[in-house]
Amino acid sequence: MRWGVLQFPGSCDERDALHACGLSGEARLVWHEERDLGGVDAVVIPGGFSYGDYLRAGAIARFSPAMEAVAELAADGGPVLGICNGFQVLCEAGLLPGALLLNDELRFVCRQVELVDDAGERLSIPVKHGEGRYWAPQTMLDEIEAQGQVAFRYAPGQNPNGSARDIAGVRNEAGNVLGLMPHPEHAVDPLTGSTDGLRVFEAIAAARV
Amino acid sequence: MARARVLIRPKEGILDPQGKAVERALPALGFEGIEHVRVGRMVELEADDAERLPELCEKLLANPLIEDFEIESIDGGG
Repeated sequence: MRWGVLQFPGSCDERDALHACGLSGEARLVWHEERDLGGVDAVVIPGGFSYGDYLRAGAIARFSPAMEAVAELAADGGPVLGICNGFQVLCEAGLLPGALLLNDELRFVCRQVELVDDAGERLSIPVKHGEGRYWAPQTMLDEIEAQGQVAFRYAPGQNPNGSARDIAGVRNEAGNVLGLMPHPEHAVDPLTGSTDGLRVFEAIAAARV
Repeated sequence: MARARVLIRPKEGILDPQGKAVERALPALGFEGIEHVRVGRMVELEADDAERLPELCEKLLANPLIEDFEIESIDGGG
């Protein structure tokens, strides 16, 4: 499994993502100006503030050369994981449904939260964001729920940002593009309290092998 | 060159926490009776071809899923 981790000006979690990916394969950084992903099997778009979050979070990053390559990889069925700002980028790029808005209480939240995946398994993973309120029109929410595209929800009572229907992460219709606000790459070592994030990376690697 | 101003605001019905925060702060300053505050963005630009501005707004300046936009011509265009 060869992972590529995108790096934009303003990315800040690419090193942790690189480390997390390295635990289930090889991993390399891909600078945003690279139009060629160098034959990687999967891509992670990490957290941070790409292009300073100017205009809207993720709005400018989606036009980078590396994102053109990511869109092609995604269209070919290649796995793409967007974390936090990466999730915002994927929504702006139209590769995932919905949008991420300012947290309902206007506060930047930074804490460990419990998630429930679509198999009902619980994961303890940190969130740290100011614009993580998942939103989509009611009809779109009904649609993605009916099609099994909701990958993660905040556990009952733990929604940190006012996300619609407690949604923390969604995937595309084909299932190969996944975005979530919580940070699985920060939960891969017992030293930092949880290794549940590993499961997110391992599931992608296992599906690819 | 056509000079234009683009006003972008959150769609009606979407919670706008910035607008709410401003609204809540106003009574403390003695401004009563202010409601429905919405905070958006304003972009000024000059364009060779004003015909393409709506497309530009939909693709970049606004996210049509969550935002409405209006394009105003400044000083009569030109």
